[in-house]
This record gives sequence, structure tokens and C-alpha cells, in this order.
Amino acid sequence: MIQAVMVISTQAKPRLLKFYNFQPPEKHQDLVRSVFQLLSARPDSVSNFVEVDSIFGPGTKMVYKHLATLYFVFVFDNSENELAMLDLVQVFVETLDRCFKNVCELDIVFNFNKMHTILDEMILGGQVIETSSEEIMKSVEEIARLEKQSSTTSLIPKSISERFSR
Amino acid sequence: MEQLRTIGRELAMGSQGGWGQSKEFLDLVKSIGEARSKAEEDRIIARELEHLKRRLADPDVPRRKMKELLLRLVYAEMLGHDASFGHIHAVKMTHDESLPLKRTGYLAVALFLDERHDLVILVVNTIQKDLRSDNYLVVCAALTAACRLIGEEAIPAVLPQVVELLAHPKEAVRKKAIMALHRFYQRSPSSVSHLISNFRKRLCDNDPGVMGATLCPLYDLILEEPNSYKDLVVSFVNILKQVAERRLPTSYDYHQMPAPFIQIKLLKILAVLGSGDKQASGHMYTVLGDIFRKGDTASNIGNAILYECICCISSIFPNPKMLEAAAETTSKFLKSDSHNLKYMGIDALGRLIKINPDIAEEHQLAVIDCLEDPDDTLKRKTFELLYKMTKSTNVEVIVDRMIEYMINITDHHYKTEIASRCVELAEQFAPSNQWFIQTMNKVFEHAGDLVNIRVAHNLMRLIAEGFGEEDEGADSQLRSSAVDSYLRIVGEPKLPSLFLQIICWVLGEYGTADGKYSASYIIGKLCDVAEAHLTDDTVKAYAISAILKIFAFEIALGRKIDMLPECQTLVDELSASHSTDLQQRAYELQALLGLDKHAVGSVMPADASCEDIEVDRNLSFLNNYVQQALENGAAPYIPESERSGVISVGSYRSQEQQETAAHTLRFEAYEMPKPSLALATSQASMSTPTVDLVPVPEPGYYKEYHQTSRSQASGDALSGEFGVKLRLDGVQKKWGRPTYSSSSTPSSSASSQQATNGGSYSDGGGSTNSSQMRESSYGSKRQQSTEVSAEKQRLAASLFGSAAAKADRKAQASRKTAKESPLVEKVTVTNAATQPVKEQVIPAAPPPDLLDLGDEPVSSSTPSADPFSQLEGLLGPASATPVISGTSDTSTSKAPDLMSIFSDDVPTGATSGSTDPILGDVNSMSSHKGGTSVSAKKGPSLQDALQKDAAARQVGVTPTVNNPNLFKDLLG
Repeated sequence: MIQAVMVISTQAKPRLLKFYNFQPPEKHQDLVRSVFQLLSARPDSVSNFVEVDSIFGPGTKMVYKHLATLYFVFVFDNSENELAMLDLVQVFVETLDRCFKNVCELDIVFNFNKMHTILDEMILGGQVIETSSEEIMKSVEEIARLEKQSSTTSLIPKSISERFSR
Repeated sequence: MEQLRTIGRELAMGSQGGWGQSKEFLDLVKSIGEARSKAEEDRIIARELEHLKRRLADPDVPRRKMKELLLRLVYAEMLGHDASFGHIHAVKMTHDESLPLKRTGYLAVALFLDERHDLVILVVNTIQKDLRSDNYLVVCAALTAACRLIGEEAIPAVLPQVVELLAHPKEAVRKKAIMALHRFYQRSPSSVSHLISNFRKRLCDNDPGVMGATLCPLYDLILEEPNSYKDLVVSFVNILKQVAERRLPTSYDYHQMPAPFIQIKLLKILAVLGSGDKQASGHMYTVLGDIFRKGDTASNIGNAILYECICCISSIFPNPKMLEAAAETTSKFLKSDSHNLKYMGIDALGRLIKINPDIAEEHQLAVIDCLEDPDDTLKRKTFELLYKMTKSTNVEVIVDRMIEYMINITDHHYKTEIASRCVELAEQFAPSNQWFIQTMNKVFEHAGDLVNIRVAHNLMRLIAEGFGEEDEGADSQLRSSAVDSYLRIVGEPKLPSLFLQIICWVLGEYGTADGKYSASYIIGKLCDVAEAHLTDDTVKAYAISAILKIFAFEIALGRKIDMLPECQTLVDELSASHSTDLQQRAYELQALLGLDKHAVGSVMPADASCEDIEVDRNLSFLNNYVQQALENGAAPYIPESERSGVISVGSYRSQEQQETAAHTLRFEAYEMPKPSLALATSQASMSTPTVDLVPVPEPGYYKEYHQTSRSQASGDALSGEFGVKLRLDGVQKKWGRPTYSSSSTPSSSASSQQATNGGSYSDGGGSTNSSQMRESSYGSKRQQSTEVSAEKQRLAASLFGSAAAKADRKAQASRKTAKESPLVEKVTVTNAATQPVKEQVIPAAPPPDLLDLGDEPVSSSTPSADPFSQLEGLLGPASATPVISGTSDTSTSKAPDLMSIFSDDVPTGATSGSTDPILGDVNSMSSHKGGTSVSAKKGPSLQDALQKDAAARQVGVTPTVNNPNLFKDLLG
């Protein structure tokens, strides 16, 4: 299964962190740091795979893609195919690109919730559920449309909907 | 510069205003981007968090604003700041009716919390409600959250709804429901075990996407127990065929490949189902052949499928035609320029050589290129391949390269890994004793702290026992050369503790054996060691015991020996030590000095570390005493298990290990009785030993050896000296006959004697013969290789053994006479021509681990009334852990259980702290069952990754297991 998806900027700032096996929040920064160290030490034009069992436990591998100012990193165990994961990164990036029309780091910073939505359509509970960027876009747009419809009511102050709170 | 550009874009975006984010958020991101130091960034975020805290608690904030506040909180937490105060707000937001807020709430909750968090209980109710919603997006959001947040206890609360959703009209929902169910299965297999049929049903879903999703849980289930899914082989093959023939809608195509992810999953499943099953494999050949034929090597995803095909072929029952196709594709991978493909090629090669070792020879130069590649990953993978193809002919080159690499790496994890592999290969294939000792010295010197203590004990035993050959002279030569080398090294600073322990032990045991060094010289050296390592009690204990032994040997020989002043100081110091163990040793030494020659000789016989120590487990020498006491009116001893009203501590503990629920309160309804469970309890209660306070043996010998010395100390202070000796019973021999010292298995002993002789024999005629046979096929290869540097060729020759060596030799035939053992020469040449490149080994993704406990009883021809397989059955329910990813997890969790059962069977009433009875008993069981005893023995040691890895390797070459090729090599 896929254990984590990370997007890290070349400045070592996390842009998206999603762990499918729970990692305590206080550990996140350590993980980002050690992954980034690994990535930044790798020269260009080498393979996109790194074995990371010292970071994520035995048998884990990592596939990454370095695009512009971002590293896209997928961490997974040996029940996945490395080359296929590489294509999954590609699907993810392609979808982002469709979604933001020429995606750049800033889109990702400001819309990380949208990125989460896209990712949730692709991967659920660490398993790949959709690999067609077209299909993913369709459902993301559907969500956006429905959200817009229902958001007209959301201007009411919170105090009115207080009955929901405990 | 970077930042300026960022700000520029930001402003442009801000003017567009199309991002739905407020100015505040923009400002936050901008100021973080501009921050010049981590401290400044921290300050900005701390201020932001303060602000958020206030706003979130403010009831008059509009709800749309709330969404943004929460997202900012998520952002702050992603950057590594504590935002726990906002978790409750995220939970509240999941209750909201409006979809965007609800989704944001779920997103935040899923990122903030995990299943063990206290607040999750508040979300479960919402998830339950939302799963019933009419809006499928709400349902999807709830399912996503459920995957993340529903723990074992909460599964029953949402399970009915999730099962209902399996029939939802929207395929997206069905897909997610399957995944949620899969997730529940991973968390707690028992809670969804009655629903597994649903996965089979969904395999026939109209929507290919849903079908594809179903493959994920099925793959896990099949990994768990392949045999109950054999009926699906034909269906899977059919699906794969249809997919490969493009029967799916084109919307499932990806880069012109039809549904590649589904194909890959199916191939993985088939690989498991066809493993070792000729009939099942028979169904697969056609479709695999088709996929190979249509294979598209131009696209990444096409190669992914081809690679998966190779994996499948190497796993299922071998078929020559398929193997040929696989080898062909592998060579395409290896010849590719892409590092990714080379990596896959090396991996594929590693799989194929298990079936046919000859395949590697064709690619020797490609492999060596990969070894020298700047890409770290590729190098490690290549090392893993070399590790797999190590045999007695090439072990020296490979291990030397590994050590060379090991010295240069700083990463502890890999260093440990590679050190353990060096040790393992050296133990298995060492061509000569000298080489072995030297190699081990190097490993201990550079990575002594990372190597498992077991390895050290193996080395000591090797030196003590010699090589199982009758030649006493060779053994003593080995010992004196070891003593020489240790005396040279011992003065060096910063030696690892473990290495010092070995040195002390060897010096104590054999330092004076050949008469080359005087006793006082050795004692002086040992005192230096003890003084130089004041903080290391273990080393000091080894040193003082070694001194004691030398004194004893000298006294027994009737020589007078003077107490050196520094030795006296050491003894005095240790007698007042805080460590009782050191104190005891010091007092023992003093007591020994006062004894006469004969007493010392029988207490501490020279060179007797290999003698077995008879342990009277029934304590029969006490019978008279007991009888007397009974006659005097003492109450007879009633075993604890027979006393009424007392729960045996031992049985309770061991039952707890097997079956956690057996003695605790149960909250769930009673399930149908399982036969295996009943067996387990009865077994435990029937065979419960009288007193079972003996702890389950720990992996290291160290503890054990302390216990012995202590327990014996109470009786006879002098006999405690035996504690210093190696415990030899119940330990698998790495060298010589690979059996336990107390038992012997004829089949394996024959074969590993071959291994011991491997070095000399392969240098001789054997390899030359085979190389002559292959020579003709190498003609073409040779032409190509003449273009490559001679150095590389030699390396290839030494790595890939005979055939290549022959080719190489032919090239230089004018200068050389053919019959001189060419291999040895080649090896040294390669060593001299040092490659500057680092070497690496990729850590084991250890599939053999599963084989240990799973496959062995099947493959080895065990008697039908085999106690071990019964035990295995008992372990079933307890050890069916939900872990799917870590194979090590499963095996470690099994291990203690095994041991606990074994300890239950110990028919002894001995209450001493010694673990010996248990080990002894396991041994006696193992004596009539060679194969399984390996895994039983390994039980306790599995906790340690290193040890486990080594052990798995060990099993890999035992003839009963399915890795015959390595073995075939050894046998020639």
C-alpha cells in the first residue's frame, strides 16, 4: 500500500503531507527533513527510486519526481510496482496541471485543500482507486459545483448554528 | 530572487482574486516566504496561531470564514506547529450541514487525528449519520474519513452502513466502500471476517473500476491464505485476458495501455496463486505470453507491466518458454539508458537467478556497470543481487567489496545491514579459515557495535571448535594465528566492545596454548584492556574471566605464577565493584588461586570450552534427600497446576500469549467455537509444567550466560567458571555441520561439509570442467568484452565464476599456462585494482521470512503425527495479525508464541533461573525433526532484525526449502 504522499518544495518546506499510516504530528517535520536530505543529495539523471527503510520502516520505497521547485514524493511498500507508482505521480501532477492550468508552487500553497481533494479521489486508505486524470477532474469539478450550490447558506454567523456543538 | 518572484505572482493572483482565499491568508504565506530565519518564521506562525485561537472561539464569525480559519490551522500544523487547540473546532465543523464546511471539517479531522485520539469518538457518530446521507458526496467524505479514523472498537458502529453502500448506485461510492472495508480488514481481520465473501461478489461488479478496487483487498486476503482462493485463478486469468485484449472502455486506458493498474494488480495476485502450484500456473502461461508479445517497452507504464510479468513468471511454476521471454525482457531493461529501467532489470535478474543462475552470466558487464554507477539506489540494488548470487567461488570479491563500502558509509541503518550480510556470507562460504578470521576482524573493527552479539559467539565457537575436521593441527594453527592477530590489534584505541569481548575470550582460552607467549604477557595485555575500558562492565567481565582462565591453566600445569601488581589492582578494584557480577568473578579468581593443582585442573580443564556440560534436569541427586525429608514427615510437593484454586502463573502467561482473550473479560458475543482454539487451551492446561517461571529465552547468549554463572555460584563457587564458557547447546552451528551440537541431521551435514570445502574444491577441477563446457557459448561474448577494460573483465570473472574466468583466461592465454588455479589469481588481481566506487547493498525486503514459518512444514516431508505442525495449527488464530505490510511484524509476533508453547512442554520442575531446560527440550524435539527445528530455534531471536535476516538466509540454503539453486552450486 501507499504509506505517504508528500510534496516538498526545494526549500525544504512541506507543501502537502498525507500519511496513510498514522504518524504522530510531532514526527512529521523529522520525516520531511530526512526525506528532503535524501532527495537533495541525489544528483539529477539518476533513478527516481530510493529505498527508505531507515525512515519509514522495512521494505519501504520512495518514488519521487522533481518538477520545477517541487518534489513530489510517494512512499509505498513492496506490494506496489515502482514504475507504476512513478506513473501515479505523473497522474497526480497532470491532474494538478489540469486543475490549475499550468500549475505552479503557489497554486499548491494556496489550494492545498484542493490538492487533498484530488488526492482523495486517487488514493483511499493507501490504495489506488482512480488513475485517469480525466475521471479525477470530473469528480473534483462535481464536488466544486455542489459545494458552490450549498455555500450560499453559509454566510450565517456561527452562533446560530451553535446547536451542533456539544 | 526566488522570493521576489513569488511575491510578484502572489500580487498578480491577489488581483485576480480567484482563489477564494482571503488577503490575510495571502499575507501569512507571503510573510512566511519572506522570513529570513526559522526563528522569524516561528514567530509569525505563533502570532497567527494566537489569532486563530481567538477567532475560532468567537461565535460571531461567519461560517464561510470558519472554513478558511480551519485551513489556515491545517497549514500551520503542516509547517510543524502545534495546533491541537483547533482539533475540537475541526470536529465541530464535521457536524455542519453545508457541504464545503463539512468536507473541510473531515479533511482537517483526518489530518489532525488518528483512530486512537480521544476526539474520534465525537466524529464516529457524525460518520455514522453521514454514511446514510442522500448526497453521495457527503457519503464519500464520510467514507474517506472512516478509512482514516475508524479504529478497531468503532468498526461495528459503522460496518452495517458500509456494507449497505457496497450496493450503492454510484460506482465511486461502491469503490470507496470496498476500500473502507479493506481498511477495516487491515485494522482488525476478525471484525470483518464474515464479510469477506462480499469482496468476491464485487469482483463481478459491472463497473471495471469497482472490480479493480476489489483486487486490493483480495490481494491481501490471498497473501494471507492462497489456498482458499485457488478457485478464482481461472476468473483472474480471464479478467486479465479481457483487459489485455482491450475489452474495457477506452476511458480506462492510460498512455495507450488498457487499464495498466488493474493488470499489475492481477499479475501480482496470479504470482501469489501460482507459486509452487503447477496446475494453477498452467492456466496463466498463455495470457502471460500474450502480454509479453504485446509488451510496449517505449512507455513507462508498459515497462511496469512487463516487469510485473517477470515477477509473476519467476514466482509461479517455471516454464522454459516463459523464462526465456522474461530473460529477454530483463536484458532489454539492463541495456536501457534509463536508470529506472536498469534498477528494475537488476531486480528482475535477482528474481530470475533463483530459478536459473546461468541467466546472470549473460549480463555480467551490465551488472558491474550498475555497481559502479553514481546512482546510490542502483548500487544498493546491485549489491543485493550480488548477495543473492554469492557462492564459494566469488565470496571473497563480494565480501571484500562490501566491507570496503561498509567502511565508507555513515548511515547506521545500511551499515548494520551490510555488516550482517558480510558476516552471513563469510560464515556460509568462507574459502579458508584464515580469510574468515581476517574478514570477521575487519567487520568487527569497523562495525562491531552494529553487529549482533550472536555473530561474536559464532566466531568464538568457530575458533574453539575448529572446523569440524579431524585435523587438530590445523585448528591449533588457526587459534594461534587468531591470538597473534588479536594481540596486534588489542592495543588500538576505540575498538568496539563486542570485538574486545571476543579478543578477551580468545586470549584467555588460547593465549598461552601454543607456548609462544608467556602467561604474564597475556595477563598484562588483558589488564590493559580492562583498564582502558573502565565504563564497560561486560568487557571487564570478559577480561577478568580470561585472566582467571590463564591462572588456572598455569596452576594446573604446575607452573608457579606471580601476581602482577596491575593485575592485583584490577582484582581489588573489581572485588569492590558495584556490579555483583564483576565482584563474583574477582572473588572466584582469588579463591582459585588458593586451590591446589588437581582441584584447579578439574575445575578449569584446559581447552574444554567445547565439552558439553551435563545437566541433571530431574535433580535426581536430590532424591535421597527428598526421601529422607518425606520420612521425617515433610509434606510432599504438589505441582502448582494440580493445586486447587491456584491459577498457574506459567499457564496463564503462556495462554495469554497465544490467545489474549482466553482469560480476560469478554465484551462481545460468543462466536462459534473454533476447534483450534479449544485445542490450544487444552494443550496448554494439560501440558502445563509444574512451575513455569522461567522466562522465554532472550536472543542473546549474554543473559543466559550470566544466569548460569549466578545460579551455579550458589552451589559451588568454583563451578561458576563454566559460566565463562560458551553455551554450545541448542545453537545452530554455522560452521561445519549445520546442526545443533546435541543433534545431527545427516542430510544437511553432508551438504554443508561441501560448503566448508567449497573454496578448495572450486579452485580445482570442478569449475574448470564446467567452464570448458560453456566455453563455446562464450565465444561471442568474449569478442564484445575485449572492448571493455581488462579490469572490469577481471571483476566480472571473479564475480560470475567459472565461465567468465575461462573466457578471461583465454584472452590472456599466451601469457599463462592454463592449469594454474586461475581463480585465485584473478581474485587477488581484482583486489589490487581497487575500484574507487562505493558499494552498497539494498536492504532485504525479506520475503524469506514468511517462508520460515509458513512454507516449511509444507515443503519438508514431516511425519504425519508431527507435533510441530499441530502447534502451528494452534498458533493460527493468535498469530493472524492484521499486518500486511511488514513481513517482519508477522514473524516476530509468531515467534514468542512458538516459544511459549515450547516452554509449556518442558517436563521439568526445576525452579532455577537457568534457561537451559527449555533450550535442551527444544533441542530434543528438534533432534528428530531437522527441518522445522530451524524455525523453532529462530523463534526468540527474530526480534532482532539483523539476526532474523541472517537466519532467513540460513534457511534459504537448507535443502528442505525451495531455494535449491544456491545449494546445487555448493554441491557442484
